[in-house]
Amino acid sequence: MPGKLKVKIVAGRHLPVMDRASDLTDAFVEVKFGNTTFKTDVYPKSLNPQWNSEWFKFEVDDEELQDEPLQITVLDHDTYSANDAIGKVYIDIDPLLYSEAATVISGWFPIYDTIHGIRGEINVVVKVDLFNDLNRFRQSSCGVKFFCTTSIPKCYRAVVIHGFVEELVVNEDPEYQWIDRIRTPRASNEARQRLISLMSGELQRKIGLKVLEMRGNAVVGYLQCFDLEGESGLVVRAIGTACTLDKLSNTSAFLPACNSPSKEMKEIPFNEDPNPNTYSSGPSTPLKNQTYSFSPSKSYSRQSSSSDTDLSLTPKTGMGSGSAGKEGGPFKTLLRQQTQSALEQREFPFFTLTTFPPGFLVHVGGVVSARSVKLLDRIHNPDEPETRDAWWAEIRQEIKSHAKALGCHAVVGYSESTSICEEVCILSASGTAAVLNPRFLQDGTMEGCLEQRLSWQPGFFSIGSEKGEVDFFPQSQDSSSLLGIEEASPPGCGFCHIPYDELNMPFPAHLTYCYNCRKQKVPDVLFTTIDLPVEAIVVGKGCLIQARLCRLKKKAQAEANATSISNLLPFMEYEVHTQLMNKLKLRGMNALFGLRIQITVGENMLMGLASATGVYLAALPTPGGIQIAGKTPNDGTYEQHISHMQKKINDTIAKNKELYEINPPELPEEIIGSPIPEPRQRSRLLRSQSESSDEVTELDLSHGKKDAFVLEIDDTDAMEDVHSLLTDVPPPSGFYSCNTEIMPGINNWTPEIQMFTAVRVSRLSNINPTNQTLNKNFNDLCENLLKSLYFKLRSMVPCCLCHVNFTVALPEDELVQIAVTAVAITYDKNQALQANKAPTEKSQQRASTDNEEQLQFPLELCSDPLSSQPFSPAKEVLEGASSHTGIPAAQRATSVDYSSFADRCNSWIELIKLKAQTIRRGSIKTTTSLEKASPLAEGYLRHRSVPSGTNSTVSVVKMTPLSFLPGAKITKYLGIINMFFIRETTSLREEGGVSGFLHAFIAEVFAMVRAHVAALGGNAVVSYIMKQCVFMENPNKNQAQCLINVSGDAVVFVRESELEVLPPQPAAAAQPTGAAGDVTT
Amino acid sequence: MSSDLDVFVGNTTLIDEEVYRLWLDGHSVAEAVARRLRGGLLEREATSVAVLQSDTRDHYRTFQMLERLLHAPPRLLQQLLFQIPPERQALLVQRYYAFDEALARELLGKKLSKGTKKELDEVSARTGVGIRSCRRQFDNFKRVFKAVEELRGPLAENIQQLFLLPPSLARDYAAIVFFANSRFETGKRRLQFLSFGDFAACAQSMMAHWSQGALAPEAAEPDGDLPKSFLQDLKELKVLVTDKDLLDQHKSLVCSALRGKISVYNELEANFKVIEPCRSDKWSPGDLRLFLQHYTAAPRNLPGFRHQALWERYMAAISACLLRMFHD
Repeated sequence: MPGKLKVKIVAGRHLPVMDRASDLTDAFVEVKFGNTTFKTDVYPKSLNPQWNSEWFKFEVDDEELQDEPLQITVLDHDTYSANDAIGKVYIDIDPLLYSEAATVISGWFPIYDTIHGIRGEINVVVKVDLFNDLNRFRQSSCGVKFFCTTSIPKCYRAVVIHGFVEELVVNEDPEYQWIDRIRTPRASNEARQRLISLMSGELQRKIGLKVLEMRGNAVVGYLQCFDLEGESGLVVRAIGTACTLDKLSNTSAFLPACNSPSKEMKEIPFNEDPNPNTYSSGPSTPLKNQTYSFSPSKSYSRQSSSSDTDLSLTPKTGMGSGSAGKEGGPFKTLLRQQTQSALEQREFPFFTLTTFPPGFLVHVGGVVSARSVKLLDRIHNPDEPETRDAWWAEIRQEIKSHAKALGCHAVVGYSESTSICEEVCILSASGTAAVLNPRFLQDGTMEGCLEQRLSWQPGFFSIGSEKGEVDFFPQSQDSSSLLGIEEASPPGCGFCHIPYDELNMPFPAHLTYCYNCRKQKVPDVLFTTIDLPVEAIVVGKGCLIQARLCRLKKKAQAEANATSISNLLPFMEYEVHTQLMNKLKLRGMNALFGLRIQITVGENMLMGLASATGVYLAALPTPGGIQIAGKTPNDGTYEQHISHMQKKINDTIAKNKELYEINPPELPEEIIGSPIPEPRQRSRLLRSQSESSDEVTELDLSHGKKDAFVLEIDDTDAMEDVHSLLTDVPPPSGFYSCNTEIMPGINNWTPEIQMFTAVRVSRLSNINPTNQTLNKNFNDLCENLLKSLYFKLRSMVPCCLCHVNFTVALPEDELVQIAVTAVAITYDKNQALQANKAPTEKSQQRASTDNEEQLQFPLELCSDPLSSQPFSPAKEVLEGASSHTGIPAAQRATSVDYSSFADRCNSWIELIKLKAQTIRRGSIKTTTSLEKASPLAEGYLRHRSVPSGTNSTVSVVKMTPLSFLPGAKITKYLGIINMFFIRETTSLREEGGVSGFLHAFIAEVFAMVRAHVAALGGNAVVSYIMKQCVFMENPNKNQAQCLINVSGDAVVFVRESELEVLPPQPAAAAQPTGAAGDVTT
Repeated sequence: MSSDLDVFVGNTTLIDEEVYRLWLDGHSVAEAVARRLRGGLLEREATSVAVLQSDTRDHYRTFQMLERLLHAPPRLLQQLLFQIPPERQALLVQRYYAFDEALARELLGKKLSKGTKKELDEVSARTGVGIRSCRRQFDNFKRVFKAVEELRGPLAENIQQLFLLPPSLARDYAAIVFFANSRFETGKRRLQFLSFGDFAACAQSMMAHWSQGALAPEAAEPDGDLPKSFLQDLKELKVLVTDKDLLDQHKSLVCSALRGKISVYNELEANFKVIEPCRSDKWSPGDLRLFLQHYTAAPRNLPGFRHQALWERYMAAISACLLRMFHD
């Protein structure tokens, strides 16, 4: 028995009335885990029962602990008939299984019923005692940490990044089992919820096992998805990046709970360590501790070397002395050997991460993607999900070969998705081909590395990566030239330099010398799926760019359907790509980040939606304009029309340049960015489609001999294409938007955030729809939705919509469903205004000085501000300081954690920023306080200070799709939140129709996420994502059903302003203040 | 392309004060959109009617879901469904329970029954308050009345506790409950000139001086009910009016005390007990105050009058009421 789960049911409140006669409820609770059930006493005649139960104890395997959710059911006791269920609470106890996450789950949980929604709340306390049992971890992987965040979590350091982990499990969908015909919808929904919860647990455990095999201790960028394949079953699949992480704040190594059940383990190593000095004198680095800390669980690691095994027993000495950065010279060879064996296992050099430490990314080749159309058939043996595995393996193989073709040995920002309609399924995978540089730390900035480790700053790859990724390094090809690059190229542009051979390019591309360093070749445009690297030099601001597309398809069955979809895919990709390129040019930008292309299949159409954040990279050439050419030049009016359009386009480009402050420094010697279009279209997209028969169609995206920047108008369709280009309305003033983590060009965030989900379902009412009208409808739908968001959030101006994530579904014949989740973050207007003050010449200057400063960035930041700028709250001084340091810092401000130098100096910069903010806030107060000063409010506040029993305020929990909270420091990761809910109604009209139904359900999902986070002791969810929102309605029957799957990382954060005041007690300070600083909209 | 389903849900619930106002006033979504348009929102925000409609619907849905919680404000503070900052919660409650004085004046002293609710159409027409708003306000009165009806202790404080209202609003509700409970007829023509505020002030002084709680804070009866014993005792005071002798003596005592101090002395004698003559004779509030002082104090010197304490308790409230009523 490796574990004991203890549960206490304290009380309930606001229960629904279950007995009409008395208007009361006789409630009791069933607590179930695995096959064991406990019951509380019945608390008669109360809507606010106080059970105050004993501790219910479950003695269970840790495997069970990982797989099973804790099920709490609240029932109404009925003497004469069956007890009525009030609702349920599922609690994932996984966060209690690792030593550094939560120690107890305690709080009020909404009681949820799939038919009635939330019905009151229940107060529960859950604890887990793990026993130290080193001999049996075959099946469980307790203690492996999971993070949704796609970067190294803020209070950790990556010792090793091992690489890609994936797993999938399949089962029959209870909704499609025979029994479903005779049971109630509630029973069916609950069976489904339970099954998916169980499958997620199992999946997580299996992935954990793989991580342990790789000798990692965490999964970062964990993405778990469901495929509701209907009749053919239910697939739960997950991908992630295995890492060995090291907690930064405390000196003890991060060990899995199972291996080291909390306190005991920490003492045991010391006691058992026969001779710690032997090792601390040697090069005992944190890496070794990390690598071998798992040795007790893995037999083969014992074989590696006796000294290594022993090292695992000295975690603390390693952290203490080894942190000074003594490189494990003698160990290097050993490490490399081990890595090689690890690499042999590694089939796919993929990374689900989207943000990396500066310099880790040597070159970025471009986007690689692969799609495949499959026909679903029943999964016959759920225990051997080989078909699905094979499908994905095939696609991944393709991605890998695409990356190779681009001269890259790794794929970063990797993700997978599916779209299912009836029995047809499109599997998609995409990522960014890249060359990673594990040597960077070792060779290039050794000192930086030293400094970094001394200062204990978070999120930096240390020595570990040097071993981990050595073999990715394309040594055979051009290791010498790469070394040259390392030394010569400044960090701000290196990643833009082409990784492929100039003479043997995988596709036609126009290359120029880098506009930043002048030494290496760069392409003219760059598409990527990752976030903007922190070190990238950017001119102006970024913006959200979307390509939207509909294609009609004939209704067909099985093979024929799959074939027609396969045939359509290349054209869709091509058009999506063209649209993206045109829209990018229209904004005067030259690179896309965070590109995500979604192809959705419906019964009679396909939809494509691509979202990305456009930026102007200083290293890349200025994009040319867009020229329109007519086919019939003789026609006078036509000519006039064309020239009119051309003028409109030119105006738009000029306007956009002003709007996004794109004023690149002028380069006198080689002006390549002439308005006359370049002769060829370059594509960073390599993709292929394969149909069920596995044919691979490669597509030449170079547009043949056509000029990419010239739009030929030969028919009305083309005319409309041009029109639609121009219909994208820029966001209203004060708003910016992007789909990446941070908005390039904005860095002075203020702490106010508002995360939201918006869902729209529209009916395409055309009787005879054409591609054109559908395109227009779809385009309008997206544009209107964005417009609506801007209006909703107008009170937050100036603000930026970050991580704007659109998902498209085609639930029925003529229905299009769009779901958007994003976060609006306010930023400091003063600095924005300042930037506006210097519109043209000045910003050019700034941009060029930018570059210079970037080159010597670390030096400047470290020495200059600290020494020469005396700290003073006076505003002029502050602004003076920021004009020196603020701009380079600007581009890294929100993710400074990654850079050692930036980070060390950062605290100082932030201090200035904070002071500046408090000053500004003071002046703003006069306007905002108007509302608070109303006598009613004052009276109320006064009143509220009067103690009253009912005033137990609910603690505020922030939610954000980003991995950070502006103006706050994440001090603790409490565990992954992964929740799946089903809601159904048979009284749709009474619940306010489809909108009323879904509005309430989404609010309920948010509430349940917040309650779980609060019960874990957290005050925020980061990297929140709504992975699925499947909505089905049957208005004739007055019915609707919806499934929602969300995930994120529960964290504890502390406001930076409080960190300064009270550094020693972060967790305690966090909760009340989080509440105080919350959004007031 | 019509939108069947259209929702926006924020982690922090968005509350638009203007839309809340329109919702409270009982406007339909269409009316609310029309009013928002008239407010010039379209031009200011450069948006479209469709956006405005969608936004208004979102807010209305939110308010409808919140209404259940607003009926028991402490639940609003405890609930987990909507994350609303405390000052916004306060605003929601205050606005929800704020009422039109004209409406409250109409309903003052009436039984808060179904019958009265049916008459709300007329009240709505007279006061110009929308019928839906009238009903909501009526329901608020009734809800507060029901909640505190049986409770001990000071009425206003009970209301404040149960409904988290600011003190002034809680006092107004206490007055409404007081009148509804004691059914004072406030609809008489002679009292038409008095506003809700006047009555509320009167109710407060009556509760302050006459209620059980005013004498013994731990009293068993709610403050809304006037204690029966007190009403019984008041009968004893009738002697001051019914006994001709006492009446005359009382009068002359007051008169002599006031001689020379009140400018309108001549009419003094005629003015006992009634307020209208005072008004018609243009008394100043100061005069009235002085008069009432002496009128209250005088019986002390009356031979054989044994109820001075009771009399003073009675007169304390009466004086306050008369002074309040005595305005233009």
